[in-house]
Amino acid sequence: MPAPGETVDPSRVHALDPDQLAAAVAAARESIRAAADLDALATARTAHVQGAAAPLVLARRELGALPREERADAGRRHNAARAEVQAAYDARLAVLTAERDARVLSEERVDVTLPVARRRRGARHPLSSLSDRLVDVFVAMGYEVAEGPEVEHDWFNFEALNMAPDHPARSEHDTLYVEPTASGRVLRTHTSPVQIRALLDRPLPVYVVCPGRTYRNDTIDATHSPVFGQLEGLAVDKGITMADLRGTLEVFAQALFGSGLSTRLRPSFFPFTEPSAELDVQCFACRGETARQPCRVCSDEGWIEIGGCGMVDPNVLRATGVDPTRYSGFAFGMGLERAAMIRHDVREIRDFVDGDVRFSLPFGIEV
Amino acid sequence: MLIVMSWLREYVEGLPPTRAVADALIRAGFEVEGLRGVGGDVSGVVVGEIVDFEIVETKKKAVRWCQVRVAPQTAASDLGVRGVICGAHNFAVGDRVAVALPGAVLPGGFAITARKTYGHVSDGMICSARELGLGEEHDGILVLPPSAPIGADVTELLDLADEILDIAVTPDRGYALSVRGIAREAATAFALPFTDPGAPPSAASGEAASGEAASGEAAGAAYPVVVEDTAGCDRYVARVVTGVDPAAVTPLGWSRRLSLSGMRPISVPVDVTNAVLLGLGQPLHAFDRAKLTGAVVVRRAAAGETLRTLDGVERTLDPEDLVIADDTGPIALAGVMGGASTEISAQTTDIVLEAAHFDPISVARTARRHRLSSEASRRFERGVDPALAPAAAAMAVDLLVELAGARPAPGVTDLDHRPAAVPVILPLREPERLAGRPYSAEVVRRRLADVGCTLTAVAEGDAAEGDAAEGNAAEGDAAGDGGGALLVTPPPWRPDLTRPADLVEEIMRLEGYDTIPVTLPLLPAGRGLSPAQRMHRAVGRALAYAGLAEVLTLPFVPADAADALSLVADDKRRLAVRVANPIAEDAAYLRTTLLSGLIAAAVRNIGRGQQDLALFESGRVFREQPGAPGRVPTPPVDRRPSAEEIAALDSVLPKQARHVAALLTGRREPAGWSTPGREADWADAVDVAHVVAEAVGLTLTVTAGDAMPWHPGRCAELTVGGRLVGFAGELHPRVLGDVGLPPRTVAMELSLDVLVEAATAAPPVVAPVISTYPPADRDVALVVPTRVPVAEVTEALREGAGDLLESLTLFDVFEGAQVGAGQRSLAFGLRLRAGDRTLTAAEANAVRDAAVELAAQRTGAALRA
Repeated sequence: MPAPGETVDPSRVHALDPDQLAAAVAAARESIRAAADLDALATARTAHVQGAAAPLVLARRELGALPREERADAGRRHNAARAEVQAAYDARLAVLTAERDARVLSEERVDVTLPVARRRRGARHPLSSLSDRLVDVFVAMGYEVAEGPEVEHDWFNFEALNMAPDHPARSEHDTLYVEPTASGRVLRTHTSPVQIRALLDRPLPVYVVCPGRTYRNDTIDATHSPVFGQLEGLAVDKGITMADLRGTLEVFAQALFGSGLSTRLRPSFFPFTEPSAELDVQCFACRGETARQPCRVCSDEGWIEIGGCGMVDPNVLRATGVDPTRYSGFAFGMGLERAAMIRHDVREIRDFVDGDVRFSLPFGIEV
Repeated sequence: MLIVMSWLREYVEGLPPTRAVADALIRAGFEVEGLRGVGGDVSGVVVGEIVDFEIVETKKKAVRWCQVRVAPQTAASDLGVRGVICGAHNFAVGDRVAVALPGAVLPGGFAITARKTYGHVSDGMICSARELGLGEEHDGILVLPPSAPIGADVTELLDLADEILDIAVTPDRGYALSVRGIAREAATAFALPFTDPGAPPSAASGEAASGEAASGEAAGAAYPVVVEDTAGCDRYVARVVTGVDPAAVTPLGWSRRLSLSGMRPISVPVDVTNAVLLGLGQPLHAFDRAKLTGAVVVRRAAAGETLRTLDGVERTLDPEDLVIADDTGPIALAGVMGGASTEISAQTTDIVLEAAHFDPISVARTARRHRLSSEASRRFERGVDPALAPAAAAMAVDLLVELAGARPAPGVTDLDHRPAAVPVILPLREPERLAGRPYSAEVVRRRLADVGCTLTAVAEGDAAEGDAAEGNAAEGDAAGDGGGALLVTPPPWRPDLTRPADLVEEIMRLEGYDTIPVTLPLLPAGRGLSPAQRMHRAVGRALAYAGLAEVLTLPFVPADAADALSLVADDKRRLAVRVANPIAEDAAYLRTTLLSGLIAAAVRNIGRGQQDLALFESGRVFREQPGAPGRVPTPPVDRRPSAEEIAALDSVLPKQARHVAALLTGRREPAGWSTPGREADWADAVDVAHVVAEAVGLTLTVTAGDAMPWHPGRCAELTVGGRLVGFAGELHPRVLGDVGLPPRTVAMELSLDVLVEAATAAPPVVAPVISTYPPADRDVALVVPTRVPVAEVTEALREGAGDLLESLTLFDVFEGAQVGAGQRSLAFGLRLRAGDRTLTAAEANAVRDAAVELAAQRTGAALRA
């Protein structure tokens, strides 16, 4: 571009002539329109829009050479011409860029349904998840979680639970004893010794749940296992009644199988509770309706037996230093495997302890 | 307990259909495990007489081709005789048998047709007791009494249709192991009148003579009996019958009841004792009087005495065993089983019947000691009604008279040393206190009467006195609540009713547990999960999210579990706890490391085709504590044990630490279309250990370790604050070979207890000051002797760089000729940043140089040229 005041050869000033400008614009528009791709457009841009040899650029240089009185008109004409060419270029650039982008993205398409397994999947054991879930229900009510040893002393596992050495109920426990036998050590047959420890360790009132592993002298088969999980609950306070037990068990049953199922207590016997009961929950599959039977879950009983419960026996309270005339309590317990088998349709109890990854993995990480 | 409904209905008139009876019993606490109908679906079976038979020899056995008359003979024709093939041999010509004619239907819808067999057309079938649904007897066909009229319908003749309840009786309810006991419950459930078949016999049925005076040959006694141990035997009734007809056969009605109750009919005397056992719940024993020598004596066995019991086993007796003896020595294990020497036989004509009450604990111990559980011991252990003996003996005598033509000898021996019944004081408010609903005094009285209790009202003052007098007999706050109290004497068949709570259960169950309201206790605020419990969960979840699958393995391991892991001789993991009565001898010990279970699970998975594994387990391991006492005194249970007593009990227990362990083999990262995957290596084991520590907010310090079962050059020892937490790395090749796992399998095991303790003690995290000034990055390459652990170089660089070091990254490890043998090049990136200014190049260089300088001093590192 000539500097202001630079003398320009008058013979070339005709480039700003309206006809010349119109011709340059027309040539530029045609070139831009004809550009088939971004490369061609870039060439057209050099030739007609911004290149040093582009007619409009050259024409701009001649502006300064014009007589002052013609400069304003010529400048306006030139600006208009340039704006028109620029607009045509911008429009074409937008069209061609969009075309290119569409083409490239289309070429970059992948099959997003390809398997993307880059991480190994993990899982918690269904009994761990179930135990945590049930524990959470009680923790939300205000219970705390108590734990205790799995190799336990006879005094905690039996005697303090109102099962003297010759109690007939002991024979139902199929106890695994630990050597030397005179030591009184057993593999705990239930989580109830944790209740004894909780009553000895904690100030009254006591509201605890005790999840944990327990042991019986059972050979492993489809429905028996020498090791199984239990969850027990214990409430000892002033004024605790069997009605409180019923209410608590209804909350518990809902947590396990969902709401809307009724529960039933049947009189039963446990040495550590008096009165005692078995807890049945209405079968979630058939709800006892004959139209939905035969039912594989409950064998058409309409009820599922899920655990035992009762009012803490006065002898148990006495053995832990609790005055049974001032305090009362309830306790309940259930087997985790049985609940999980019913809930998840597990056919073989040995699946819980075999450690086959195909068993745990589908359960994932329950939240 | 199998209850035959026709028998139950005989004891309680007016019972509704059996299904309703079963439901009522369930509601009252008797678990009905089965309800079975028998005989109701039998038709077309008639009485036939064996006219003649011939033997047909076949390849397998000889069968009989019988001519059976199934219709009364008439002068006109003999059409009532049919040919029937029968495989049994327990019948003779002239016997009456049950014949299923073509068209007959047997239990289970089994239809009978005429069919050709063994070369004859068998025109029907001669039935066994089992085929008629009469019981399990299938050794031969059923032979009917000669009085059975030929052609009569067997279903009607035998009253075949019946129903049986299978009831599970809880150990506290010994009385319910009898038709009598269940009858009382059924009558109560339907408010029907009940006449107790076990009520004491009237004086007319026998001349009772009580007390010591009855022993010896005193007048009125049936047989001389001496009870030396009146604590072990507080009631002994003996009756004598003579002239028992050895040829007598138990009539079908009774043998059917017995077999439907699960007992095999044997002979009239045995069947009679079983009938009394089942009907009333009183175990009886029948001695052959001819084989008794001298008086019957109830005493403890002398050391070294032996007894051959009815099952043919010669038993050496323990001085604690209560025995029945005569002049020859022990002749029965009291309440458990009789002896062979005085057993009744097919020649027995004179019988001494024993109806006694033995101490439950004594019987339980003897039964357990001799591993001998019988119908009698099962009942004595759970409590037999001590008042029942005279009635039971009378029933047996009556039956022997009726069924075997026996003559009752005069007199009844009855040695009665029963303690006086102990009444229970029941405050009238006690049922409500435990149930959460009121029961009127009238309901309380009625229900206790239903149970068989006798009641007396006591004034409040007396109640308080009674409370003091009876010690723990009354638990209710009788004196304070002004609700009055009852003096309750439980019936003799309910030894389980000794406290107010026991009586409350009776009231609650008979009124129905479904009448108890539904409420929730009002709990004080809980503290939620403990920090340790939250951490246990966090670890489990973190490992699962890291791609590991949780397993819960059986904790039983073989004796050589420690050898399989090549543990050294003094390794504490050799202090395994042994189970005294293991489920399997090759799994008699408890695990001392979680690796045992994980290895077994991995082997099992690989055997089933799963090669790529990442398993973890969290649980307890068990270890004996050397020097622990083998035995400590057991505290009583009538008071709280002292802290010292509790500590003593705990001191005998093994150490039971909670661990977490993981095992990885095969690919850690899965193979796929885009990647060959990545094999797990030692670093994955260390990484998983870090995952565990991070889950509880801790950072593990890693040093080179050397512990079995890890590869000595690929074992990381993991510590927190100087405390050993565990190990991680590649497993020892020898161990992998021994246990059958692939080479390069890696594992880690940590003590969760140590981690949780450290994490709980850790102070809260101090938040970093976030600088907004730009960082200065400096890279250094150090040549270090290969034997120097990277951790030491890193530590020196950190310390040398000081507070301005924001992060330190090892981005290259290189060994080769360029750095010289025994050396390696470690390339670190240092990111430096100040909180209050932009670092100048000179400052950054000075920090870098200081870091390198300290590394050089400590580890001999040199800047790589």
